[in-house]
Amino acid sequence: MKKIIHFHLKPRIKEWIIESLIRSSAVIVIVSLILIFLFVSKETLPIFFSSGVRQEVDLNRLFLPQGEQKEKEVITSFVWQPVSVVPKYSIVPLILGTLKTTIVALIFALPLAISSAIFTSDFAPSWLRELIKPAIELLAGVPSVVLGFFALIVLATWLQNIFGWTFRLNAISAGIALGLAVLPVVYTVTEDALSAVPNSYREGSLALGANAWQTAWRVVLPAALPGVFAACVLGFGRAIGETMIVLMASGNAAITSLKFTDSVRTLSATIAAELAEVVVGSAHYHVLFFIGALLFLLTFINNIFGHWFVQRLRKRLHGEI
Amino acid sequence: MKKLNLFALCSLLLAIGYWGCAGPSEKTKLKTITIKGSDTMVILGQRWAEEYMKRNPETIIQVTGGGSGTGIAALINGGTDICQSSRPMKEGEKKILYSRQKKEVKEIPVAIDAISIYVHKDNPVKMLNLKQVKEIFTGKITNWKTLGLLYGDLPMRHGWEDKKIVVYSRENNSGTYLYFKEHILNNEDFASEVQTLPGTAAVVNAVSKDLYSIGYGGIAYGKGIKFLKVKKDEKSPAVEPTPENVYKRIYPVSRELYFYTAGEPEGEIKNFINWVLSSEGQKICEEVGYFPLR
Repeated sequence: MKKIIHFHLKPRIKEWIIESLIRSSAVIVIVSLILIFLFVSKETLPIFFSSGVRQEVDLNRLFLPQGEQKEKEVITSFVWQPVSVVPKYSIVPLILGTLKTTIVALIFALPLAISSAIFTSDFAPSWLRELIKPAIELLAGVPSVVLGFFALIVLATWLQNIFGWTFRLNAISAGIALGLAVLPVVYTVTEDALSAVPNSYREGSLALGANAWQTAWRVVLPAALPGVFAACVLGFGRAIGETMIVLMASGNAAITSLKFTDSVRTLSATIAAELAEVVVGSAHYHVLFFIGALLFLLTFINNIFGHWFVQRLRKRLHGEI
Repeated sequence: MKKLNLFALCSLLLAIGYWGCAGPSEKTKLKTITIKGSDTMVILGQRWAEEYMKRNPETIIQVTGGGSGTGIAALINGGTDICQSSRPMKEGEKKILYSRQKKEVKEIPVAIDAISIYVHKDNPVKMLNLKQVKEIFTGKITNWKTLGLLYGDLPMRHGWEDKKIVVYSRENNSGTYLYFKEHILNNEDFASEVQTLPGTAAVVNAVSKDLYSIGYGGIAYGKGIKFLKVKKDEKSPAVEPTPENVYKRIYPVSRELYFYTAGEPEGEIKNFINWVLSSEGQKICEEVGYFPLR
């Protein structure tokens, strides 16, 4: 009698424990996400509602050019000078800086990542593929602070010696280092997308007389295009949120210009550099949280986009078989 | 085998017994002091801590950086015993600390730091006056040519005339940045083109690699670059940032470095601070590259 109960109860209790452990870990993840979201928005809201904060900063001053008295004439400009007698919080140069480094990173990383993904999936012999794939994925394991340091000490000097730029640290040198961080993300997703293309496509194309290059370029790549798009979108998300590399390698000067050889200050680097010292509850503090919320929103939209593209890829590939 | 085990057991028991006897007889417990704050002062604080711990083995001192503001915030929140700061604490911060802990802040100057202006070692410029420095950092002077034309005493070599000045500064969270802004820029804003780098070491590194650049920071950090002589105004003599000049207070860009405690320091913390202020502690300032108070 005792034995029977023992046998019946034990697995059930075990199951119950395991089930509730798994469930609670899922709950913890979701709850912490909600709490982070609530915390960021709570610290952002004073910009819209607190009169004290609004005296110093509001949406107009964040996004529109502000006039400044300079030797008898009023100059309108976008200025980020949060530590000042009259603090100036224009985030336009920061957004511009983020976009500039991101664009350079994508221009550098996307062609490299996508072409090496095509090479490994369609051209490389299998032993070489086994070598290249982990090597590129290892690049993802390089801590971003190491990449940033490399860009600061080595890469920036090389590039300046080659191109003779005035500013050693600029959007291009930071963007290329950022590209090194984006590359493995784009590569991995692209490679998966290309491998997901059914082999019958390749066989059919080759059977019709197309050569390997035509098959890869005109058949396999178009079939995997939604996945490749998803890779690009994910790469964009990685580039826009990356902090350490740009903090170290971009020079962090909040200049409003479209020149890529100027030094740039990005949204994420601004938070990293300034939040540690800011007076809690000041306008500056809330502006930094506003920037955080903006980044959060951007990556959020971006991830939804990426997810949607991956879904579409799956549907398309499975639907057509 | 059995014998060996027995022997091991005996020695283990003996050891426990010894530990049990020795424990209470050693009355002093380990005392821990935490020090947090200015990145400029981390090395200094660590050297002080090391020397003090050598002399008082029962004390453990933990020194961390993060910036003066971080240290002050930690002091306000009760997260550190001593806050190292390279800038005086603001009245507002003192008030917040009082409202949180009902304790008056105790300010103790512990050393003197001089801020030096540096350029690349191949730069022909040897000295600048404070007005020029201000104009460079606020963006009124943007190339070496203007500097040469405006102030004829600067020897300009061929090829330097039309080069843009690449200006490096610290992030706006650093005490050095605030000091520079208040005392040299008279609270005017840095130019937008001024690049900011995390840490004086990064500024030194950048200046040493950029032929046309200028930067500022503590003397303790300055290795491998050229220090400029500084004139207080156009007519005053150019002063080199040497220990004697700083010590005699001739060098125009120097500041005090502080310890802050919440309330009067007590017990081991007080002993430590007294030791820091003693001639023995002050000697360490010089070893690290700062200057003693007296």
